Amino acid sequence: MDSLDTLARWRTAQIAGVLVIALLALAAPLRAAEDDQIIRKEAWSFTGPFGIYDRAQLQRGFLVYQEVCASCHGMHYLHYRNLSEAGGPEFPEAAAKVVAASVEVEDGPDDQGEMYMRPGRLSDAFVSPFQNDQEARVANNGALPPDLSLMAKARPDGVNYLYSMLTGYADAPADVSMAEGMYYNTAFAGHQIAMPPPLFDDSIEYTDGTPPTIDNYAKDVTAFMMWAAEPKLEERHRVGFRVMIYLIIVAGLLYVAKRRVWSRGAH
Amino acid sequence: MAHKSNYVPQSAFEKWLDERLPVVRLMKDQFIDFPTPRNLNYWWTFGGILIFCLIAQMMTGIVLAMHYVANESMAFESIEHIMRNVNWGWLIRYTHAVGASMFFAAAYLHMFRGLYYGSYKAPREILWILGVVILLLMIATSFMGYSLPWGQMSFWAVTVITNLFSSFDSVIPGLGTRIVQWVWGGFSVGNPTLNRLFSLHYLLPFMIAGVVILHIWALHVPGNNNPTGIDVKRSSEAMPFHPYYTIKDGFALAVFAIVFAAFVFYAPNYLGHSDNYIPADPLVTPTHIVPEWYFLPFYAILRAIPSKLFGVIAMFGAIMVLFVVPWLDSSPIRSLRYRPMLKLFFWAFVVTCVALGYLGAMPPDGIYLLSARLGTFYYFAFFLVVLPVVGRIETPTQMPGSITEDIMSKERRRRAALEGGAPAGAPAAPEKR
Repeated sequence: MDSLDTLARWRTAQIAGVLVIALLALAAPLRAAEDDQIIRKEAWSFTGPFGIYDRAQLQRGFLVYQEVCASCHGMHYLHYRNLSEAGGPEFPEAAAKVVAASVEVEDGPDDQGEMYMRPGRLSDAFVSPFQNDQEARVANNGALPPDLSLMAKARPDGVNYLYSMLTGYADAPADVSMAEGMYYNTAFAGHQIAMPPPLFDDSIEYTDGTPPTIDNYAKDVTAFMMWAAEPKLEERHRVGFRVMIYLIIVAGLLYVAKRRVWSRGAH
Repeated sequence: MAHKSNYVPQSAFEKWLDERLPVVRLMKDQFIDFPTPRNLNYWWTFGGILIFCLIAQMMTGIVLAMHYVANESMAFESIEHIMRNVNWGWLIRYTHAVGASMFFAAAYLHMFRGLYYGSYKAPREILWILGVVILLLMIATSFMGYSLPWGQMSFWAVTVITNLFSSFDSVIPGLGTRIVQWVWGGFSVGNPTLNRLFSLHYLLPFMIAGVVILHIWALHVPGNNNPTGIDVKRSSEAMPFHPYYTIKDGFALAVFAIVFAAFVFYAPNYLGHSDNYIPADPLVTPTHIVPEWYFLPFYAILRAIPSKLFGVIAMFGAIMVLFVVPWLDSSPIRSLRYRPMLKLFFWAFVVTCVALGYLGAMPPDGIYLLSARLGTFYYFAFFLVVLPVVGRIETPTQMPGSITEDIMSKERRRRAALEGGAPAGAPAAPEKR
């Protein structure tokens, strides 16, 4: 009936909505981009509103972490129990127990007042490779290998950056003079990274038929790091979908109710 | 809008209570019967939305405080504990973090609405001033809250902002340094600093809630402004707050909640900075220290001024100037609907604020710095020059005599458009309830 009026009001509401979204959308990309880092965009199973992790990929990624990264990088916000929890690599609990038992954990004091070492349990946090930052630096030519628990969220465009960095090693161009002990990397800020190239074709054995290439290793371990940083992502997407459906229905009902209430009183 | 109370106690108990503490009467008069102009548009729904934001922040915040540890060596880890091990901790924390952004987005739209429709003009000056007080408290609260995860950006934001006080050294040598050390509780940003930030972050929201009550009180004395800016002249121009505005605000809130939830569930870190997932390290300065998006315009103003002291003064002045807006505007007409010249300046002001936000995130040199200086100039010129001058020189457009007349002329235009220009079959119905 009063379609024009409704149209005008609806338009105001739309403008308001668009403004809110525009204000917020403007906000994030406003970080000054680093000079000339080459970041390749990869398609990930966990992006988008319905994204979930690829279990097999997380399991392979854990293997890469375990075989390569773990010798220098800790992941101390992860616990061994997480490896068998829903929404992650979902290893059988027995497998997670084996992984945990493969490390030595300091415990105590016992009834003699002594600290002692025991095999790890599911309830233990991942054991870091070094006792402290100083020991880590001494072992790594002065550079500190950062903890990887949150790495996928701690860099702009985290996962694409990590994947690009792991696959970004190259020979330095002739006009670039490299500092001693540094490696040329196309994705790293400043292009000089202290970490030696960690991945080589065929260096880790995959049992599920995935080609054992640098590219696949990098992709898999990046997905694993994403899960480590965001272990509740699947739950978040699942709950989010229900909440959105609920809110859209509520908004629709309120709109109809509003129209009916106002048609009584407005004229 | 003072109005007669319609409350009639229904039971002996209500009568007994009403004679001692008429709280039911207050609720009925102020939130059910309260006469509200019938022509409010959706820009008027942000008040209710902001109350929702405050309550959501307080409820999530209280739960977070049950698990958070305010200690420089444990704060970061306790946040990760909330994210990983506390039941629904990720949801509560992301809602709180995104909620801060949503709170500011709604507050800024609420303020732009007040500016556009002249809601700050007599008799609503106190209402406006209380709103600016709330904004100041919100800024302080969110700044302190952002420091609590004790990530790199938290730590360095605290360092940069608290160091602003050292600019007083250029007034009285040593004064600034003393103030900064007093604020820090030591010789650098450290554990005592984090503890007091947490304490105050918990305190200030309750102060906000107190000022919000005054803000609503100050609103309920003159009543709402409306898009025409013309006072309500007869009772048919207003309608009871409930159910008309409860349902309208409710619908707007649901739409707002959809945007809110989209961020919480699908892009919870989009509005944050990745550096804040790196634990605070006093020895490593981030390449770019950037505040949260809602502070960027003020940050741009701070950096646009070459002198540190005057930069700080300009930054705080950008908010302080809002206090005197009711007396800077020289026009008696409230709504910009009828002020064609100021309307242009207003939209230029909105664009300037957004542009300053963009420039606040860019490095302060070259074209960015120059633009930020021009933006800063216009920001202050809008208040100090445009508002006083334009009211004296502009010719307002034809105003309707009343809210009723405005609604009727819209109705006529609507019917004419619907009936394709044919003469209206019936005379417009007189406004009655």
